[in-house]
Amino acid sequence: MRKDYKLAKRRYVIGGFITLVVIIYLIRLFSLQVSDDTYKLYAESNAFLKKTVYPARGLIYDRNGKLVVFNQPAYDLMLIPKDVHSLDTVAFCSLLNISKEQLKEYWADMKNPRKNPGYSSYTPQKLISHISYEDYGRLQEKLYMFPGFYIQTRTVRKYNYPAGANILGNIREVSPEDVKRDEYYRRGDYTGDLGVEKSYEEALRGQKGMEILMRDALGRIKGKFEDGARDVAPVSGSNLTLAIDMDLQQYGEELMQNKIGAIVAIEPSTGEILALVSAPAYDPQLLVGKERGKNYSRLVMDPLKPLYDRAIQGAYPPGSTFKPTQGLIFLQEGIINENTAFPCYHGYINGIRVGCHGHGSPLPLKPALQTSCNAYFCWGLKHMIDKRDTNPQDQLTKWKDYLVEMGYGYRLGIDLPHESRGFIPNAEFYSKSFRGPRWSANSIISIAIGQGEVTATPLQIANLCATIANRGYFLTPHVVKEIEDSIIDPKYKEKRGPKIDRKYYEIVAEGMRMAVTGGTCRLANLPGVEVCGKTGTAQNPHGKDHSVFMGFAPYHDPKIAVAVFVENAGFGATFGVPIGSLIIEKYLNGEIAGERQYIEERMLTSNTIINSGVKKH
Amino acid sequence: MESRSTDNNPSVFRNLDWVTVIIYLLLVAAGAVSIYAASYDFDNANIFDFSEFSGKQLRWIGLSLIIGFVILLLDYRIYEAYAYPIYGIVILVLVATVFLSPNIKGSHSWLVFGPVSLQPAEFGKFATSLALAKLFDSYNFSLNAKPGNYLRALLIIFLPVVIILCQRETGSALVYLSLIFVLYREGMSGFVLGAIFLAVLYFVLAVKFMDPLLMGLSTGEFSVFCLICLVYCLLLVFYCKDFFIARNVIIGMLAAGIIAAIVIFCGVEINGIIFFLSLLGVAVLYTAIAMLRHHIRNFVVSISFVLVSVGFLFSVNYVFEKILQPHQQTRILVLLGIEEDLRGVGYNVNQSKIAIGSGGIEGKGFLNGTQTKLKYVPEQHTDFIFCTIGEEEGFIGSSIVLISFLFLILRLIYLAERQKSTFARVYSYCVVSMLIFHVCINIGMVIGLCPVIGIPLPFFSYGGSSLWGFTILLFIMLRLDATRKERRD
Repeated sequence: MRKDYKLAKRRYVIGGFITLVVIIYLIRLFSLQVSDDTYKLYAESNAFLKKTVYPARGLIYDRNGKLVVFNQPAYDLMLIPKDVHSLDTVAFCSLLNISKEQLKEYWADMKNPRKNPGYSSYTPQKLISHISYEDYGRLQEKLYMFPGFYIQTRTVRKYNYPAGANILGNIREVSPEDVKRDEYYRRGDYTGDLGVEKSYEEALRGQKGMEILMRDALGRIKGKFEDGARDVAPVSGSNLTLAIDMDLQQYGEELMQNKIGAIVAIEPSTGEILALVSAPAYDPQLLVGKERGKNYSRLVMDPLKPLYDRAIQGAYPPGSTFKPTQGLIFLQEGIINENTAFPCYHGYINGIRVGCHGHGSPLPLKPALQTSCNAYFCWGLKHMIDKRDTNPQDQLTKWKDYLVEMGYGYRLGIDLPHESRGFIPNAEFYSKSFRGPRWSANSIISIAIGQGEVTATPLQIANLCATIANRGYFLTPHVVKEIEDSIIDPKYKEKRGPKIDRKYYEIVAEGMRMAVTGGTCRLANLPGVEVCGKTGTAQNPHGKDHSVFMGFAPYHDPKIAVAVFVENAGFGATFGVPIGSLIIEKYLNGEIAGERQYIEERMLTSNTIINSGVKKH
Repeated sequence: MESRSTDNNPSVFRNLDWVTVIIYLLLVAAGAVSIYAASYDFDNANIFDFSEFSGKQLRWIGLSLIIGFVILLLDYRIYEAYAYPIYGIVILVLVATVFLSPNIKGSHSWLVFGPVSLQPAEFGKFATSLALAKLFDSYNFSLNAKPGNYLRALLIIFLPVVIILCQRETGSALVYLSLIFVLYREGMSGFVLGAIFLAVLYFVLAVKFMDPLLMGLSTGEFSVFCLICLVYCLLLVFYCKDFFIARNVIIGMLAAGIIAAIVIFCGVEINGIIFFLSLLGVAVLYTAIAMLRHHIRNFVVSISFVLVSVGFLFSVNYVFEKILQPHQQTRILVLLGIEEDLRGVGYNVNQSKIAIGSGGIEGKGFLNGTQTKLKYVPEQHTDFIFCTIGEEEGFIGSSIVLISFLFLILRLIYLAERQKSTFARVYSYCVVSMLIFHVCINIGMVIGLCPVIGIPLPFFSYGGSSLWGFTILLFIMLRLDATRKERRD
């Protein structure tokens, strides 16, 4: 046959066509595989199940190295709904000791899209959380009878002491807000709630690890990716050492039982908080496990508000414990000197009258502190605010600045959440409430004795006491002493304090010593320990006066400064002084002397809640 | 001529095109490895487990090697002599299949013999090729001699197409349309091929890029108009060969384009349709007046090109929305990447793009592909086998496979052209055309450039029918080529 050479050329068209197509495909492959990363990302989310491996949460020790909080395994009963078939409900319920109705309820909760938005019949779902160890044991044996079920181990907190709940806090499942705020969290994670569990969350939680599993298009696990070579091991949380002495803390909570109030004990030289009692207290173990939800709402509903940490959140009128601050300011400002005496005829009588009780008159600062003379400090404030050639606004501003430097009026910066700032009025405040600057010392005289607008937290009062014990400075009070493999915030190592000379502090300390040896705090006169103290009897609109005490010991080498606040308990001397002195004695001596055990007995058995006006249903 | 009498001619193996055989063996081996990778299961992995895909495929490969060997041993004259009978038998089997086949995923294309299922459509390919070759080989046959010759050729091609469409195997049926390349090689006008090609291109451009670009035109319409102008100029230059007219038209079009760009830049609105229509109208009128002095036929063709093109462009939307069924529209839209129906029709394509795209340059390594291994890509061991290569061997591996196919096809074109007999040449071009179609469509679909038409990747995809079909197709060609020197001429 004749060969058609013209047509033979058409091989180039056909060959050229396929060559062109292959080139286009190569360009496409290049753009898909080399120049575009999106498909790699898609592929990862497609095929990898990144399973979180939870680190062990850091343990918590007290200042003496005693273990306070540790982890214990908890068991959640999980199931993959699509793998569950022909469930023998009777056997299942009897194994778990639950009724058929309860099982139905659990099941409905699991499927409820509001309570469990991530429900899918292909993925593990939690049916019952925190089953008991006994149930776990029985279930583990018989689990083969129930396909689709398995038990997931998690850790929960366990407490060695039934005390310190307000300091320790607890852990809870993260809320949707937590997840939004911090991208570390995923739904179902735990986070600290209240206490150091919250404020040291980042140290305690450690670093989550990750196990990379491969799954197929139906979500079934097909093994570890690269045999676990790319897995990330979790990093355990750091252990915390508290400044708290748990024995003292527990003792304080016992003393405060059936009372409302707070005890704060500080080691003055370091600012470490030795005890931080808020009464009524509760057992931290209540907020762990299956019963957590129920107990939590019971605590929230309790009219005595046990979840409210009165030691740092309660803002009370400081009463007479405020008087040392006034003495210090007047001395520094030159309003008085050590020997300046003011008259007291059963009170401050100068157009208005502020009552006082029987003692010698006129009297200088030290006896005034000893006898807690109201008139003395009213006169002092009068002379300061109404000083010649000044105006009350500027003088009050000066007065306020000293107090702020002493730690009043603003948050001290304790390492616990929700600290309250108390209140110290300033000139603007009064100009507003008196509708103009036409006010004088007499208008505001009650602030001189810690009443009126002034409020402070028990922590601030204890901090004042520590400042006097240190003769002029304090370290920001804190409850955590050490973080494993880390350092605590340097602000807890810095000395702070007002610009007031040390010699004036010596005078005030001596006045407080005199109050113990021959004044309002005689019950705090411990054998062998030189205690200094100041009582307070804080008038308040809620009923009987609050009983307040602050004190430190020993006089010349202070090891502990303490503030006690007992709501509606009357005079400072009746509850504040005995409790404060018992705390000091217990901490310094380790035990209560025989002749003082009757005081301990009385404190342990007395009840002041009945005076509070709060009805316990 | 003297060796004709012996069937076991050792010269067959001496003259065999070993280059093709080696490429064939390499591709088949690579296919077996890919199928092993695609069906690899973490729990039980044994390549020689015959219940597994890879194990079965090894058996298919062994049998296809025997088939290839037997084909080489048979006398080449058998194919020529029995071309029509073979075609007739296969057509009968195809018809029988429509009625005998069980319904497998909506298709009636499988014949089940106990444990073995075969797809007759795969064997129809070599039978149709033989018949077409026989037709062209008949005495004094020339495609363009009379219209009846076209009719006979198209009858041979469309008979299996219609039957296979009845089996609901659209993909396999479309493969036969690739034989249009053979008609082109044997004398069909290049304009027909060009027209088919341009029509597909216009359609894809106009439907795929419907986003507004400028002058009230969509990107697709704009590029089609530009394409029409370009092709028209090319026709004037290369087809009419009137450089004077061509020069003036090109200069005029460029000038109009620049002026339009400046006017638009100054903020004046121009209606794109009127602009392009008047531009083309002026160009056509100018050429129509100027051509009166010259060879009219070529200009008539060029001008009608413009008219038909514009008419086609305007009818695309009409056809698309009024004539096509909704599910066909969806298929086309998804294919063109307009509709992101990721769980439905687009799921396969999207997952296969993810699998390939995640491979990177070097790939994830043999058996390390997570997408294919974890069965995200459906049909991963059959139609989507290229995914496994793309994911595990990366750009390098998939390029090598693609280039191997290109090399094989170019080699076969070379072999086809060296045939002395029309029968051998036409048959060879049938093989070339079908390979081109399979490779273009299969890989194009996996990388998201072509519609999802379920056809296998030659030599790679899992399945006996496909492998045997291509082995027979290829080895008959090799057998014909091996004895080309002995042929009468």
